[in-house]
Amino acid sequence: MERTTLDLWVGIFVVGGIAALVMLAMKVGNLGTYNVSETYQVNAYFSNIGGLKPKASIKSAGVLVGRVTDITLDTERYEAKVVMSLDKRYQFPKDTFANILTSGLLGEQYIGLMPGGDSEMLKNGEQIKKTQSAVVLEDLIGKFIYNKTEEPVK
Amino acid sequence: MPAAKTFKVIGHRTINAVWRIGMAVRFFFLTLMYSGSSFRRFHLTVKELFSTGVMSLIIIIVAGLFVGMVLGLQGYETLKRYGSESALGSMVALSLVRELGPVVAALLFASRAGSAMTAEIGLMKATEQISAMEMMAVNPIARIVAPRFWAGVISMPLLAAMFSAVGVFGGYLVGVVQIGVDEGSFWSQMQAAVDFRDDILNGVIKSFVFGTAVTVIALFEGYDAPPTAEGVSGATTRTVVTSSLVILMLDFVLTAIMFRGN
Repeated sequence: MERTTLDLWVGIFVVGGIAALVMLAMKVGNLGTYNVSETYQVNAYFSNIGGLKPKASIKSAGVLVGRVTDITLDTERYEAKVVMSLDKRYQFPKDTFANILTSGLLGEQYIGLMPGGDSEMLKNGEQIKKTQSAVVLEDLIGKFIYNKTEEPVK
Repeated sequence: MPAAKTFKVIGHRTINAVWRIGMAVRFFFLTLMYSGSSFRRFHLTVKELFSTGVMSLIIIIVAGLFVGMVLGLQGYETLKRYGSESALGSMVALSLVRELGPVVAALLFASRAGSAMTAEIGLMKATEQISAMEMMAVNPIARIVAPRFWAGVISMPLLAAMFSAVGVFGGYLVGVVQIGVDEGSFWSQMQAAVDFRDDILNGVIKSFVFGTAVTVIALFEGYDAPPTAEGVSGATTRTVVTSSLVILMLDFVLTAIMFRGN
């Protein structure tokens, strides 16, 4: 085969392969929707995180605003320390409330942020003071049984 | 003594296997050492890119489309039982990008391009073209082997990416167009589940490793083939069998390293 046609086909092949990679990154992956570079870090303590995992989503009013980057156990307080990176575009008041919620009945767990009324905003490295832990199904059932046995028999 | 004879056979085979692995590793380093000319005279590599990459395009695209469509059908049937059809997109994309894309593309590549490489080089050796080159003080590894090696290494990740992309499109065709899964949740769940670095980049690394393994095995088998018709045909078979097994074993090792935990 002639050299120019060969070059043409190989060029088409390489460009097609790179286009497939870019398409995978933008359309299939999260590179197009979520910009990693412009974030700020906020941490929060939870007494129980349930099934929360790193990279779980952080939502406010149902909108994805960030991701969980790190979960460790703080041995001074014996509570879970959750580090989250939030999108720079979204600023939250200092008295924001962080809840661990579940999407659907058996879905994965995420952190829901409920903004408070403070005029000062959370800055990089600051801590969310008001948190609510994950609802653990076993605890809930235990409480229910305990309440039932407490009730006077009619 | 029949027992001694059995041990002799086992010993002979083991020594042979280890010797061949050693030769293959030496061959691999020789190829890397003499790779300079395949970049200085890049048209040699381009010519091989055509015969390994471009000629494998059709089989990769058709196979990717059908694998994606089957994933769409089967995934829908299974996810329907749990009422989570909307997760179809993430299921199709994750299985393609993480596993099926690199692995199936590499298996197809081994049987489409790897076998051709072995047969070509084996025949070159059988017809004494390689000896002739050595007589003319042309290094056959630099002239024949290295361009083919780099062509395989370059084209494998590209082929795997195309396989995955076409497969996702196939899953979309069956899931959204034919069955009627909601288009918005198909793409949004996919984008929420697939991470660029953890999933896509790891898939590319996998296909890169597979490409290296397949081309080294194919080239070594060809270069090492006995210079007879029978020898070349045996070497071609060994290329396909060995590289398929090596792909699957390497896939397990790489998956264990990449996706353990989290």
